[in-house]
Amino acid sequence: MKEKIKFVQGNEACVEGALYAGCNFFAGYPITPSTEIAELLAARLPQSGGKFIQMEDEIASMCAIIGASLTGSKTMTATSGPGFSLKQEAIGYAIMAEIPCVIANVQRGGPSTGTPTHVSQGDVMQARWGTHGDHAIVAMTASNIQDVFEITIEAFNIAETFRTPVILLFDEVVGHMREKLVIPEKEKLQVIERLRTSVPPGTDYHPYFPRKDGRLPMSDFGGEHRYNVTGLFHDMWGFPTDKPEIVHNLMRHLVDKIENDPKHICKTKQYFLEDAKTVLVSYGASARTALEIVNYSRMRDRKVGLLELQTIWPFPKEIVSKICNQAERVIVVEMNMGQVLELVRANVKNPEKVYLCNRYDGNLVNIDDVKNVLRVVEGRGI
Amino acid sequence: MPVKDYIRKRFFPHIWCPGCGHGIVLGGMLGAIEELGLKKKDVVMVSGIGCSSRIVGYVDFHTLHTLHGRALAFATGVKFSRPELNVIVPMGDGDATAIGGNHFIHACRRNINMTAIVMNNRIYGMTGGQFSPLSGPGIYATTAPYSSIDYDFDIVELARGSGATFVARTTVYHVNEVKDYIKKAIQHKGFSVVEILSQCPTYFGRKNKLKDVNEMLEYFKNNTTPVGSQAKKDNPNLIERGIFVQIQKEEYCDKYLNVIEAASKEVKG
Ligand SMILES: Cc1ncc(C[n+]2csc(CCOP(=O)(O)OP(=O)(O)O)c2C)c(N)n1
Ligand code: SF4
Repeated sequence: MKEKIKFVQGNEACVEGALYAGCNFFAGYPITPSTEIAELLAARLPQSGGKFIQMEDEIASMCAIIGASLTGSKTMTATSGPGFSLKQEAIGYAIMAEIPCVIANVQRGGPSTGTPTHVSQGDVMQARWGTHGDHAIVAMTASNIQDVFEITIEAFNIAETFRTPVILLFDEVVGHMREKLVIPEKEKLQVIERLRTSVPPGTDYHPYFPRKDGRLPMSDFGGEHRYNVTGLFHDMWGFPTDKPEIVHNLMRHLVDKIENDPKHICKTKQYFLEDAKTVLVSYGASARTALEIVNYSRMRDRKVGLLELQTIWPFPKEIVSKICNQAERVIVVEMNMGQVLELVRANVKNPEKVYLCNRYDGNLVNIDDVKNVLRVVEGRGI
Repeated sequence: MPVKDYIRKRFFPHIWCPGCGHGIVLGGMLGAIEELGLKKKDVVMVSGIGCSSRIVGYVDFHTLHTLHGRALAFATGVKFSRPELNVIVPMGDGDATAIGGNHFIHACRRNINMTAIVMNNRIYGMTGGQFSPLSGPGIYATTAPYSSIDYDFDIVELARGSGATFVARTTVYHVNEVKDYIKKAIQHKGFSVVEILSQCPTYFGRKNKLKDVNEMLEYFKNNTTPVGSQAKKDNPNLIERGIFVQIQKEEYCDKYLNVIEAASKEVKG
């Protein structure tokens, strides 16, 4: 396929990214502001023999993509707010059973039905801790259409590499705004396929015995190897157990495979950080505003830079602490009551120098919001 | 292949109480699969959570032990992704009709080619004897210490009304019927439901003053009758056994092929 240029909204860029990555199975339930993802995939997937199914709710959708993934499909679902809440138990299942899948959450305001058609970034902590129990999770985001496309491919790559659910934490503004998208020709961007076992048929296959590098080569359901998959703690055959040493080791494996590989997973974009006295930390739609302020400040010779987070979870601690510790002050720009603020504060030497510029009224944090905070924290008056 | 070859011996002993009915369902299910000559690699068994759902651990197929109530949703993903696989979904009554009720009716409605087996012991076994949507009024349970006031579902009617194209019911006392109905259900093209009344001596039996397993099995013998029999006319309280629905209707994965065809035309055109 040749390079293609399109003018699309974020939700469509996500669909293009998913298809580029080889997604061939989608199950979902409509909800604003994510619905276009389902609608577009309903049209596109069957065009190439892929499967689209509208399930009875978000729980069923999440379960269906896990089942399909086990048979070898590359799967995703998409939702927002209330639907993301409903998916949490099954996301935990995918973590425990180590099933690759991608969940797009185009965020809207909450709690509850909240503000269906307005923007928010209130699900940062829910993405981290929405499902019960200790665990690790991967969540990624983007602030422009091209990045939505690329980060979606990245989400599939990480899901397949680490056998884990990956959450795409978009927001209403990015989901619905339109920009140019360049879809590179096939194979220009890396697409990672799942590692499959080389254990020959008839030989005892240990589906849950990690290799030295922590990876688990899979065997698809329907293939020669038959094994058990469960959400209970399990031994190397996938059979339930509560033996303390097995429980302990599995827990460590599930967390370490994600947390110990930040270089592979943690992505950021950095603008004018080399000499920045003021560092803005932002992500998603609010990073667009932050970038505008950086450009505006640089024109006036003010040393402002932007650290844009593309991976939210695992939180890119090392990068954040390195960059923020060099700055005189840090402003976190986000659309919630300070969910990333607290993370930044926890990872810097001088947390009192980390400030918040935010909105949680359903509007995009705007240039004047950031300018005002900047003026105050830089000591240029109110 | 002898039935014992379908068992994962490594994972025995099983967790069921002595006298639990679930083992009889296991036997019947394996008997059916054996008679059909299905290859192990072509069978995927998906269950939820409950004593009944542990059944999948003991059989040498592709087995997926999921979340309470969600077995049919996972199974739909498996089947829709790989329609050539035989997907069998054993569930408890709470699993299938309480927390999983929504998935149950929608799986029936879609008519996707899978077999749901409801192991109905009228109680929540795994959590220690609370009442289920199948207990019915007058039943004692740990959460109905003064006896239940909840009306029960009739699974056969629920499945029929929701669009299942094969619906059967029997009991673990009628071992041959268990095997026979599961076999016919697997052979049926479309969504099939087999309800099997099973006993939980540990909770249902004890709470409801049924002396032992024999008394529970006697109950199944004496209180059920073949569908359409004279006995039912004489005594409307009897529970009917048999095949209640067996109709042909285009199956979901087959219908999706039409979607693929229409979509491909769109691309070409
Ligand atoms: C979301 C959720 N809610 C509740 C439970 C607790 N739970 C486990 S099994 C079960 C009921 C089991 O009863 P049934 O499905 O009838 O199967 P049985 O054990 O009787 O075979 C319940 C309530 C759970 N595991 N998950
Ligand atoms: S508690 Fe009841 S359902 Fe569970 S294994 Fe024991 S007898 Fe069977």
